[in-house]
Amino acid sequence: MLKDIFVTPFVDMATAPDFLMQVLWEGLVSGILYALIALGFVLIFRSSRIFNFAQGIMVVFAALTLVGLHAMGVPAWICVILTLGVMFVLAVTVERVVLRPLVGQPDIILFMATIGITLFLIGFGEIIFGGENKVMITEELGIPTDSVVFEPFGGLLILEQKDITAVVVAALLVVALLAFLNKTRMGRAIRALGDDHQAALSVGISLQQIWVLVWFIAGIIALVTGIAWGARAGVSFALEVIAYKALPVLMLGGLESITGAIIGGLLIGMLEKLFEIYWGQPLLGGNTETWFAFVLALIVLLFRPQGLFGERIIERV
Amino acid sequence: MLYRTAGQFKTSYKADQALFPVRQDAVLLGVILILAWVVFPLMASEFTFQTLLIPILIYSLAALGLNLLTGYAGQLSLGTAAFMGVGAYACYKMITLMPWMNPLVAILLSGVFSAGVGVAFGIPSLRIKGFYLAIATLAAQFFLVWLFEKWGWLYNYNASGAIQVPNLEMFGVYVAGPQASSTVQYYVVLGIVTLLTIVCINLTRGTLGRTWKATRDMDIAAELIGINLMRSKLTAFAVSSYMVGVAGALFVFMWRGAAEPNLFDIPLSFRILFIAIIGGLGSIMGNYLGAILIVGLPVVLNTLPAAFGLPISPATVEHLNVMIVGALILFFLIIEPHGLARLWALIREKLIIWPFPH
Repeated sequence: MLKDIFVTPFVDMATAPDFLMQVLWEGLVSGILYALIALGFVLIFRSSRIFNFAQGIMVVFAALTLVGLHAMGVPAWICVILTLGVMFVLAVTVERVVLRPLVGQPDIILFMATIGITLFLIGFGEIIFGGENKVMITEELGIPTDSVVFEPFGGLLILEQKDITAVVVAALLVVALLAFLNKTRMGRAIRALGDDHQAALSVGISLQQIWVLVWFIAGIIALVTGIAWGARAGVSFALEVIAYKALPVLMLGGLESITGAIIGGLLIGMLEKLFEIYWGQPLLGGNTETWFAFVLALIVLLFRPQGLFGERIIERV
Repeated sequence: MLYRTAGQFKTSYKADQALFPVRQDAVLLGVILILAWVVFPLMASEFTFQTLLIPILIYSLAALGLNLLTGYAGQLSLGTAAFMGVGAYACYKMITLMPWMNPLVAILLSGVFSAGVGVAFGIPSLRIKGFYLAIATLAAQFFLVWLFEKWGWLYNYNASGAIQVPNLEMFGVYVAGPQASSTVQYYVVLGIVTLLTIVCINLTRGTLGRTWKATRDMDIAAELIGINLMRSKLTAFAVSSYMVGVAGALFVFMWRGAAEPNLFDIPLSFRILFIAIIGGLGSIMGNYLGAILIVGLPVVLNTLPAAFGLPISPATVEHLNVMIVGALILFFLIIEPHGLARLWALIREKLIIWPFPH
C-alpha cells in the first residue's frame, strides 16, 4: 500500500517522461483557463469587495452569444465585436440594477446577489440560445486546429495548436491587463479604489464608472476564456463547473492578487492532473479532480490563512 | 388595533424574558400551529403534500441548521448539501444494518454522524475566516459527494449506486418507503421539525446562542471578553450539521424515497443558502418564510401558463423559472437585504402603532 503511494507513481513518471510531459501540458492548459476566470474574480473583488460568483456564467454567456450570433449568419469577427457590446451592456445593467442599490451591504448579501445574477443568466441564456451543447466557431476565428507532435526522450508529445493559441492569447491578455492597471489613468483609478474606497472617492474617482469598467473587463476576460474553453470542450452550461474550480484557485493565490490568481491557476491545473493520473485513478477510483483543488487549497490555507499572495489580514478590536 | 401592546405590563424579570413578551405573537404562532397540525393535513391533497408541505418543512429545517452556523455564528458555509447527504447515508446504513431500529430514532441519530463530519470540516474555521472559510466547506461539499459515489459500502454495493428507502414500520404504521402514506410522513416531518425548532429557539436565546452572536459580531472582541472561540465555533458547526443531517435524512426518507450522490450536489447547497438569506440571516422564522418562497414559487410558476392558457413548452417554463427565481432573489435582496424576517418585523412595528403614525 505504502509502495503504491510513495514509490510506484514516481517510478512511472521517471520511466515515461513523455507521458508525464503530456499530463503536465494538459494540466497547464486547464490551469491557464482557471487562472483567467480567477483573474476576472480578482479584478472585481479588488475594486468592489464583491465576490463575483457570476464570473463562471459570464464565460458561458459570452461563448453562447458568440456562437449564437454566428449561427444567425453574422461573420465571425463581427460576432466578437457584437459579443463585446453585449458584455458591455451586461456590465452597465448589472451596475445600474444590482450593484447600485446594494452599495455598502454586507459581503455575503452581495455574494448572494451575484448568485442571483448567475441564475438569471442561466435561465435567460437557455431561453434565447437553448440548452444543448454547441460547437465553438474555432476555425472561423482563424484559430489553427492541427496538432504539433514532439518526440522528447524517444516518446510522443502531442500539443494541440488551439491549446497553444489559448496559452499565448491568455499570456498576452494578462500582460495587457497588467499594463492597463499599472500604466493608464483608469487602471490606476481601479487600483486606488481597491486600496481605499473613501480615499478614492474623495479625489474624484467615480465609483459607478469604475465598476462598469471593471465588470466590462471581466466580460472581456470571460469571452476569451469562453472561446478557449469552448474550443476544447464545446459550449454548454456544463462549462459552469469550471467557475467552481476558480474558487480554490483564488483562495490559494489570495483574493486580491493578480499574480496569485495566475500562479494559483497553473499550480492547481497541473497538480490536479498529476494527482488524478498517478494517484487518483490507480488508488482511489478516479474522478478526483472534482475535489482535489479544494482540499489542496484548504491545506495551504491552514498554513497561510490569506493565501499565497493575499494581503495580510490585520485585525483590530 | 390588532397588534396593540399597550396594557401588557411586565411585573417581573421572568415575564420580561418570556418567549413571547407580546401576547399577539403567541396567538399568531398558535394559529399557525393549528393550521399546520390540524387544518392543512385535513385539506391537503396528495399533490400538495408532496410538492409543498413536506418539502417546505424539510427545506426550512435545513435552512435553520445553516442559519445557526452562518446567521448566528457568522461562519459562511457552502457545503450544506453534503452534510445533508451524510445524514441521509448514515440513516440508510443504520436502517439496513439494524432493521429492527425505530425509524424515528434512526433519523434523529443520523444527525449525530453529520455533526461529527461537520466538526471535522469546521476545524479550519479556527484559522481561516470569511470567504476563505467557504473553501473548507466547499472541500467538504465536493469531497463528500465524490465519496458517496465511490464508497460502495455506503450504498450496500447495489448496482445502481443509489440508495432506495425500504418500507419502514413504526407502531404498525408505514412511515417511510413506497407504502407509506403522505399524511403519516407529513406528521413525522412536522413533529421532528417542530421539536428541533423549539430546541433552536431556546439554544439561540441561551448562553450558547449569545456566545455565537458575539463570535459573529467580532471574534477577537469575543475572545477578549473570555469566550472560548474554539468551543463556540465548533459547537456551532456541530449543532448546525446535526440539524442539517436530520434534514437530509428526512429529505430522502420522508420525501424523495431514493437518492443518488448527485442529489446532494452544490445546487442544493445554494438553494438552502438562498432560503436562509432571503428569509433573513440570524432569524428563526425567516427560514420558514424563505422556504415557502423558494419552494412554493416554482410550483406557482409551473401552474401559471396553463391557467392563463399560454402555449409555452415545459422546457421554456423550466428556464423561465430559473430566470424568475434569479430575478426575485435580486429583487428581495434589493428591497430588504436583511430578509423576509426583517420585512415582517417592520410590518409588525407598523401594526403595533397603527392607526397612529407615532
